[in-house]
Formats: sequence, C-alpha cells, structure tokens
Amino acid sequence: MTDKMDEKKGGLEEIRIGIFICDCGTNIAGHIDCSAVTSYAATLPNVVYAKENLYTCSESGIAEIINGIKQHNLNRVVVASCSPRTHQPLFQSSCSQAGMNPYLFEMANIRDQCSWVHMQQREGGTEKAKDLVRMAAAKAAFLEPQKDIEASLVARTLVIGGGVAGLSAAEGLAGMGIEVILIEQKSELGGLLRQIDTLGPEGDKASERISGLIGALKACPNVTIHTDSKMQDIAGYIGNYDVTIHQEGREEPIKEKVGCIVVATGALPLRPEGLFGYNGTNVITQIELEQMLKNKSFDAKDIVMIQCAGARCKERQYCSRICCMIAVKNAMIIKKQNPGANVHVLYRDMQMYGTEKEQMLWDARGMGVRFDIYDPDQPPEVKDGNVRFFQPLLGKPRDISYDLVVLSTPMVPREDAPNLSQMMRVAIDQNNFFMEAHAKLRPLDFATDGIFVAGSARYPATVEEARSQGLGVASRVATILFKDKLVTSAIVAEINPETCVGCLGCQQMCPYEAITYNPELNACEVNTILCKGCGCCASTCPSHSAQLKGFKPQQLLRQIRAV
Amino acid sequence: MSRDILVIGGGIAGIQSSLDLAEMGFKVHLVERLPSIGGKMAQLDKTFPTNDCAI
Repeated sequence: MTDKMDEKKGGLEEIRIGIFICDCGTNIAGHIDCSAVTSYAATLPNVVYAKENLYTCSESGIAEIINGIKQHNLNRVVVASCSPRTHQPLFQSSCSQAGMNPYLFEMANIRDQCSWVHMQQREGGTEKAKDLVRMAAAKAAFLEPQKDIEASLVARTLVIGGGVAGLSAAEGLAGMGIEVILIEQKSELGGLLRQIDTLGPEGDKASERISGLIGALKACPNVTIHTDSKMQDIAGYIGNYDVTIHQEGREEPIKEKVGCIVVATGALPLRPEGLFGYNGTNVITQIELEQMLKNKSFDAKDIVMIQCAGARCKERQYCSRICCMIAVKNAMIIKKQNPGANVHVLYRDMQMYGTEKEQMLWDARGMGVRFDIYDPDQPPEVKDGNVRFFQPLLGKPRDISYDLVVLSTPMVPREDAPNLSQMMRVAIDQNNFFMEAHAKLRPLDFATDGIFVAGSARYPATVEEARSQGLGVASRVATILFKDKLVTSAIVAEINPETCVGCLGCQQMCPYEAITYNPELNACEVNTILCKGCGCCASTCPSHSAQLKGFKPQQLLRQIRAV
Repeated sequence: MSRDILVIGGGIAGIQSSLDLAEMGFKVHLVERLPSIGGKMAQLDKTFPTNDCAI
C-alpha cells in the first residue's frame, strides 16, 4: 500500500504551496497576530512560500499572488482572508492569470470565522487562524486540476409581463439584437400605466408614454408578443430553458426555447376593503381617482387624501414608497383644474425622495394643498361627510368635511406571484414580492441563473424606476447571451455509475433538481449546469458514489485530520 | 466604429457598468479621478443587511 502511494506520488509533480495571509486592514490584523500566522504557515508541509498582505484583494496583493506563483513555481495557492463567497473568484482568476489551474486554489476564512468572532481573544484567535491555515494547506495538497464546464446558449429571451418594466426590457434586448418573446396576461400591453391619467403634475399623459413604448416595440422585427398569455410550465436551465405558455382561446400551448427569462409581472394597488369606510364611490383609492381624472368624471370640491391606507401596518409592514408622490401629483392636478378645490392630505411621513420630488412637495404647498400629520395609533376616522383626525399641534381632534376621500393604498404583489415563484424556482420575500439575489450588489438578478427581475414585481417602483430596471435587466441578460457558449464552474457533483445502485436518495436531497435517474444504467446522473455544487447528494449517498469535485472525501478528510 | 467604451467614474455604478460591458465582450476604459476605484462604497466598512465588507 505504502509502495503504491509512493509510486503514485512519484508520478506527480512536487506539491509547492504558496500561502497568503491577509490583514484585511485591521479587520484581521487588529484581532489576531497575522505575522505569527505567516511564519507558522511557512513551516507547514509542502509550503514553499508564505507572505502577509495588508489587503490580499488589492491590486498589490493580487500582484503578489501572481509573482509568487511565477517566482516560486507554485502549483497550489492558499489565501487566508475573508469569505470565499465574495473573494474566491477574484483569487482564482489571479491564479489563472499566472498560469496555474484555478481549481488548485484553496481559501481559509480567518476573518468572518475567526478574527470577527474572537475579537477580545488575540492569543486564542491567532492559534485558531493557524489551525485554519494548516487545514487549508492540507486540503490544498490533495486538490485536483479541473476544467470549466461549457454548454450551448439559446440567444433568445422570454419577458413575462407587458408593463413599463417588461416593455423596456424587451426594447433594450431587441435593440441589442437579442430575440424576445414577450407574454402579457391581459389582452393589451401597458400594465398598470393603462389605468393612470398623468405621470407628473405637468400633465404628462400616461397613455401617450405607453403607446410610444408599445409602438417602438412592435416596430422591432425580433420581438414576438403573445397577449392573453400565461406561463404554464418551465424546464431546463440557464442558456436552455423550455417554456410552455398558455394562451387564452388556444388549445395547443405555445412552446418556446429561450436562454434567459425576465420576470416583470408588476404589482397591484391594494383594494382596501373594510378600511377607512372604503366604498368605491365617495371613499375611493388613488387608482380609482386616476380613472376619474382620465375619463373626466371627477368633480369633487373637498378632497381628503389618507396616506398609508393599509400600509406600514401589521398585515403589510413595508412602505410602498410611491404613494406619497402619487398623492401629491394628483393633489396638484386637482388644484390646477380647480384652484378653489380644498385638498387635504393626512400623512404619517411624506416620502418624497430626490430633488424633483421634494420640490413637488413644496410646490403643492404653494398651491394651497394642506398637509397634516396623523399618528398611526389614532388613525383618521372617515365619518359621514367629514373626516376626524387628531391634530397633534392643536392637541385635539379636528373635523374636515369632504365630498371625496381618496385612500393612498400600497402596491401589493400579484396573487399568482407565489405560484410563479414555485414554478420558476425563484425566491419571494415575506410579503410575496420577488426577491433578488443580493440586496445591494445584484438587484436585478435572481439567485437562479438566467432568470431576472424588474419593476414592481420586486418592489413598488415608479415609472422611471421600472424603466431603468427594465433597461438594466436587458443589459444583465446581454452579459450572458452575447457569448457563444456558457462557461460554468467545474465544482459540481459526479456520480459513479459503477457503484450507484439507483436508490434516488441524492435526487430527493438535491435543491436544484439537477439529478435524474437513468433506468438503463440503474444509476443517477447529474446535470452539470443545474448543479450548484452544494454537496447535499455527496453527503447523502450511502455508497459514496456521489462526490463533489474539489470536496471529495479524501480531500475533506485530509483537511479534518489536520485539526 | 470603435468598439471601445469609456466609463467615467469608478464608484459602484461605474464599476458595475464596466463589469457588465466587459462581460458582453467590449473593451472598457474606466477612468477615475482618485488614486483608487471604489468611490463612496470603498469608504464604508460593512454594508447592511449582509454585513459584507464594503471593499
């Protein structure tokens, strides 16, 4: 056995590990002794080079990795710093740049899992960092070179939803030469904008804007529009999605093959049943007011608007964000039409962000729109002919007479959002709005590759936000579909058909539906594009037939035994 | 027509545009006034809600 191992080792090149210890400014070096860790790292087996960096991810830190590989002929690199979640791709690409296979890179997290959690324990923290580095080096020695996985791409995109966001995404994509299939649930495009009168206090007509957008899109030769259509089914993965669309009045479903999907299904204004005496006649919502303004049936003289009607409460804790602007805009439109009208806005906080919107608020005040704050614990009471609210400055209740009460209700997710979320395997949040992959850095991506989100489907958006998100999403799609092939990480599971008995244990564990059963072989198989390398299958498999590349038992055991 | 693209400003908006454009296959020239890119975000320590190191 020993002879065999030696023979095998002799056949391979000598393992030469380089270790880079990051100070992360004071994030790591402030709490543990990085110099001590570095000198310790240099003594570990197979380690030929160890270096401390102020910031390994900085330009100079990267240059040190590249130079280290070249000068010391390194064939394994370990970086002891932060989380591989954020920095592994960067360090791996540095290794590639220097001509080293990027899968021979290993990371030790001595910040999030060490210096941050042992801030007051310098000595113990330093010892733990040494342990983590030793474990990483032990594993690194047994890493194997891998090749990235390549797959074909269909250069077409499905856009779900024909509102501002969807239309803008489709326009952006078509303009870049990517074929678009746009589906809309209703029989006409335009989404919520169809119900809106004006977009601003200057009287910018929503209908003109929307027909402009639709006209531009219909003129594109590479856009197919299906109205009265809904998603029925989806299969496949990034680059190769098979979608089935159900169109009303059509027996055969429409089947399309697309590379990417944009979810732009929008949101709806809440119908405030049972709130503030809502009746749809003289106690209405902002969207109903829009319709009155649009068909010129509006003739009220004493108007009271109540903000946050059904928002920022127990049932819906979020702020719908755009209702303040809608209320102020409509108040200004009413005052413009009839300066003698009395418009009173009862609010909790006015959310008028941005330079123009803040100015709108002042302009509205200048036009004579009255604003009064109310306490959520003492909400206004809509009575017959007057609204009673507690005026905090006067310290007593006040009555305002009305002939029309307008409730500013929040945008709520569409009822079919959870359904669509399940079908497409994309996340929704606690309110049922679709949830992006990263709150700050990936606002338009879903965690599922090749599927994107734009507009109010994600969170209530203004027209300009829906538009810029739609155009932004087009650009995100282009980063994938402008390439001729899809290249993904080689860190995926593999199942040995020789030893697999087809028990399907792994299939039940896989959160990405990447495992299928092949009856001919009586074994399970991994779709390497769908596989995200989570390792659930590998840890479940009773016969160790499923293994995760880069995390094989022999590699992990080396790491564990080094503790 | 030159296929190179100039991005002025190396904050989060400039960096993200540059990354996306580079992914699309364009050559990008990113110009920043200061000695290092990162903009305001580089001055932050951690970002809410993920507690990611801003740099």
